[in-house]
Formats: sequence, C-alpha cells, structure tokens
Amino acid sequence: MTARLKTVAGILIVAILLFPLYWMINASLQPSGALLKPDPDWFPAGGTLDGYRKALSTQGPNLLSSIVVALGTVAVSLALALPAAYALARLKVRGGPVFVFVLLIVQMIPGIVMANALYTVFGNLGLIDNYFGLVLADTTATLPFAILVLRAFMISIPRELTEASRMDGAGHWRTFFSIILPVGRNAVVTAGLFSFLFAWADFLFAVTLTTGQSFEPITVGIYRFVGNQSTEWNSIMATAVLAAVPAAVLLVVAQRRIVAGLTGGAVKD
Amino acid sequence: MTLAAARILSVPQSTRPPRRGDRFVAWAFLLPASAYVVVFFGYPLVANVAMSAQDYTVRSFYTGDAPFVGFGNYTAVFGNPLFPASAVNTILFTAGSLFFQFGIGLALAVFFNGRFLGSTLLRSLLLLPWLLPLVVSGAVWRWMFDQDHGVLNAALRTVGIDAVPWLTSTSWALPAVILTNIWIGIPFNLVILHGGLRAIPASLHEAAELDGARPWQRFRHVTWPLLRPVTGIVLMLGLIYTIKVFDVIMVVTGGGPANATQTLTTWSYQLSFQDFAFGQGAAAGNILILLASVFGLLYLRSARASLAAS
Repeated sequence: MTARLKTVAGILIVAILLFPLYWMINASLQPSGALLKPDPDWFPAGGTLDGYRKALSTQGPNLLSSIVVALGTVAVSLALALPAAYALARLKVRGGPVFVFVLLIVQMIPGIVMANALYTVFGNLGLIDNYFGLVLADTTATLPFAILVLRAFMISIPRELTEASRMDGAGHWRTFFSIILPVGRNAVVTAGLFSFLFAWADFLFAVTLTTGQSFEPITVGIYRFVGNQSTEWNSIMATAVLAAVPAAVLLVVAQRRIVAGLTGGAVKD
Repeated sequence: MTLAAARILSVPQSTRPPRRGDRFVAWAFLLPASAYVVVFFGYPLVANVAMSAQDYTVRSFYTGDAPFVGFGNYTAVFGNPLFPASAVNTILFTAGSLFFQFGIGLALAVFFNGRFLGSTLLRSLLLLPWLLPLVVSGAVWRWMFDQDHGVLNAALRTVGIDAVPWLTSTSWALPAVILTNIWIGIPFNLVILHGGLRAIPASLHEAAELDGARPWQRFRHVTWPLLRPVTGIVLMLGLIYTIKVFDVIMVVTGGGPANATQTLTTWSYQLSFQDFAFGQGAAAGNILILLASVFGLLYLRSARASLAAS
C-alpha cells in the first residue's frame, strides 16, 4: 500500500471510529422533534441551539458541581501525593517499597466494594451529599496514580540538583518547594490533569454517595436524564457534549502527556 | 494506569546511607498519604468483610445494629439464581470485550506503525473515546441503539434488514453493551501495543524481508513473539478493568432487560443500593475482589517476568 493510500485509509478508520462522537454533536444541534423522524438527518442542517439551552438550564448546576468536585480532588490528590512521592523518590524510607507495592495493589480493588463500605461510614459521619465527602472518595481513584507518576518523575531529577541545595543549607521543605516543584512542573500538571479527568468522569461514587437532594454531579445528571425515558435526545446529547469538553481540551493541550501518563513510562515511545 | 507497575519494579534503589534525622523527615512527608491509604483503602476492605458476615440493612443505619449471620449472606448470594446468571454475563462481557478490543487494537497499532502523512495526528484523535467520561459514551451509544430512532437501525434499514431490538431484547442487550465497551477499549489497546511495536528494532524486519519473508510471515515470526510481553500486560490490565465495569452497563441498559446484562459488579450495586441488602452486596463485592486479585497477581507476575526478559 502506498503512503498516500494509507493516509486515506487512516482517515477512513478514524471517521468510522469517531462516528459516535459526530452523531452526538449532530443530535445535540437538532430540534428534538427532528430526531424522532424514521429517517435521521445526517447533517444538522437548520440547526438550533435549543438543546444546549435546555441542557444548561437543567444541567448547568450539575456541571458546576462537577467542576467543584474535580478541582477539590486535584487539590487533595496533589497535596497528599507530592510529599509522598518526594519521600519515596528521594528520602530513604523504611517500608517505602512496600508502600509502592500497596499502591499498585489497591488500584485493582473494584470501586463498588469501596462505595459499599464508604456509604455506611459516610452515613454515620454526615458525609453523604457532601462535597468534601465526594472529593475524599474520588481521591481513591486518583491518589495511587498521582503518587506513582510523580515518584517516577522525581527519581529522574538529577540527584546533584537536590544534593547541591542540601549542601547550601536548604532543609527538606526548602528543597522540596524551591527545587523539586519547579523542576517537576510538567509531572505535577500531568498528575493534576488526570486527577481532574478521573473525578470529572466519576459515576460510581457520585451515584452512591449523593442522593440528589443537595447537589448532583453531571455524570449522575446524565444518567437520570437518560433513565427517565426522555425523548429529548437533543438536550441529552448537548449535555453529553458539554461533559465531554474537558476530555477534548485535555487531548489538545496535553496529548503527549496522556500517552506518557497512560503507559507510566513503562513502554518506550 | 498500572503499567507504572513495570517501571516501579525496575527502578534501582540507591544505596546511599541515610542521614540522621532523614528518617523522621521522610515519615513526615509520607504520613498524610499513608494515613489516607489506611483509612480509604484499608478500612473499606476490612469493613466489607465484616459487613458480609452481618445482616446489614437500612435499619442498621438507624439502630447501629446488624446481627451476625456468619456465612448467611454468602449462602444467600450463591443460592440466588442471579448469581450464576451474572457470573456468566461477567465472563461473556469480559471475554467478548477483550477479544475484540485487543484484535482491533492490534490491527490498528500495526497499521499506524507505518509511516505516512498524518499518522501521528490520526492516532492521537483515536484517543478521544478513551478520555471521555464513560457515562457520556454510554449515553451516546444508548441513543444510537434506540430501536425506532437510532442510527444503527436506520443504517440496517437502508440495506433491507429489520430493526434490531438492541436494548429491549434479552438476547441482544448483552452484545450491545459489549459492543459499546469494545469501542471504549480500543484506544487503550492501540496506544500500548503501538508503543510495544515501536520498541521492536526495524533492522529485524529488514533482515526478515531480505530473507524473503512475506508481510504475514514477518508479523507471525518477528513482531508477534517480540510483542508478547506487552500483549500479556495489555490483556491482564484489560481484564482487571473489564470485570469491574460499572458505568457503561448502568447507563446503556441498567443491567436489564430482565437482568440480561447484570454482571457481578452491577448486581453487587443492586443488592446494596436498590435492595438495601448491604450484607449481601458486600458478599458479592468480596467475590469480585477475589476474582480481581487472582488476575491482579497474575498481572504483577507477568509484569515482572517481562521486565526480567527485557
């Protein structure tokens, strides 16, 4: 196959695999009545933003709730992961390797098990329907990953850099804040972006640890919207488009880091 | 995510003797994260085992009283006709998803490994389905599966095939959720396998080509054996991830119709959060953990083995 033919085939493959996303955008731009015709319109000709208006009016608060939860999860994850990664990468801790092993293992625990147990504890502590409670629960999905990514990066920082700072009399805190954090900015951004995306996409903890009485994350909003046997597919799809925006933004701004984060550097690219 | 495993296990530890006082500082840095791990991973695991031996219901929340029932919950779970049904569904869902995700992902990885205009851009576009919230993907597929207005049946109609009751028929619902999950999993397989392919020296292919090996022979006897460690990791991670899939099934079918797409994960959710039989939900969850940890250990072993080999 010639290179040009391969490009054509490649475009075709991408078009087929990304068709569901096109179909989501297409439906989001049509009037709800047009979606119930026997033969669908393949292009949103005569498009309308009605779907988005309805989406924002009913799901707008849920989008905001999800932003709050996701940002909170980023803050908590980084606050816990950064010092831990530094200790594991740079300071000799007895039990450090065991801790790393534990982090690998706990990532495999099915979320439903955690939700089951957390629900009973959170019920007693009043953390159901609570932003902070949901942030703490979502951190279970982000913390092991954040520590492992940050640790892998900090190991790669030349030892001379931190040694020099220590020689000059800087303590561990000073070295951590003045050397490690600035040098490791990229790794911190990667860990932060992924934490945001995990928490934004979380459905399991959102649906088990909130009841919808005070706030509702967007994933639960979409789930209930779809589950109501609603025929307003245009506004459902408009909500889906809005919920997909962070993923698309992440792909554009951090494509390389995604692959690096996905493989954790294990497979050389 | 856990591919980081391979990296961690391979990083050499420095042997510089620790300074005095360093150990205390190190603990101070590590303390918040380890406290979190104990409370949010350790406690739920223990609590779940305890709950699975108790008759834990809604009333228990108010009275704080949950009578000990020994293996009662496990007997109830194993005796429930939904247990074999959801176990079989879990196996079919996992096997079906993995087989096609891996097959298609591998084919695409080989294809995009060739150098041509736009290959990098096109490959990165394919990541999008993997980055989307699963609920979004689920909602989109549910719309496409819609029996009267969905695009899949509209396409089938144009070639003269009758509408398929994707989500309302007990025999079509499971294939439908598997199809959705395959679509979600392709990018992951593609990216990791592509990384594995890139690590194979081009000189080996050239040598085989000089010896007169055809493309298929080159793949079968050069690429495939050298890719084996990576394929092991991809399949194992895919397995660990797939047996606990929740979001996709909940949004597309909710486990229905008539429990046709109920897996151990969604059933555990239903026991706890819809039937409010938290003890039985915990028991089902523990069975799931047992499954996940068997495969998890297999994964860690293969990750170690593949590192030792490389």
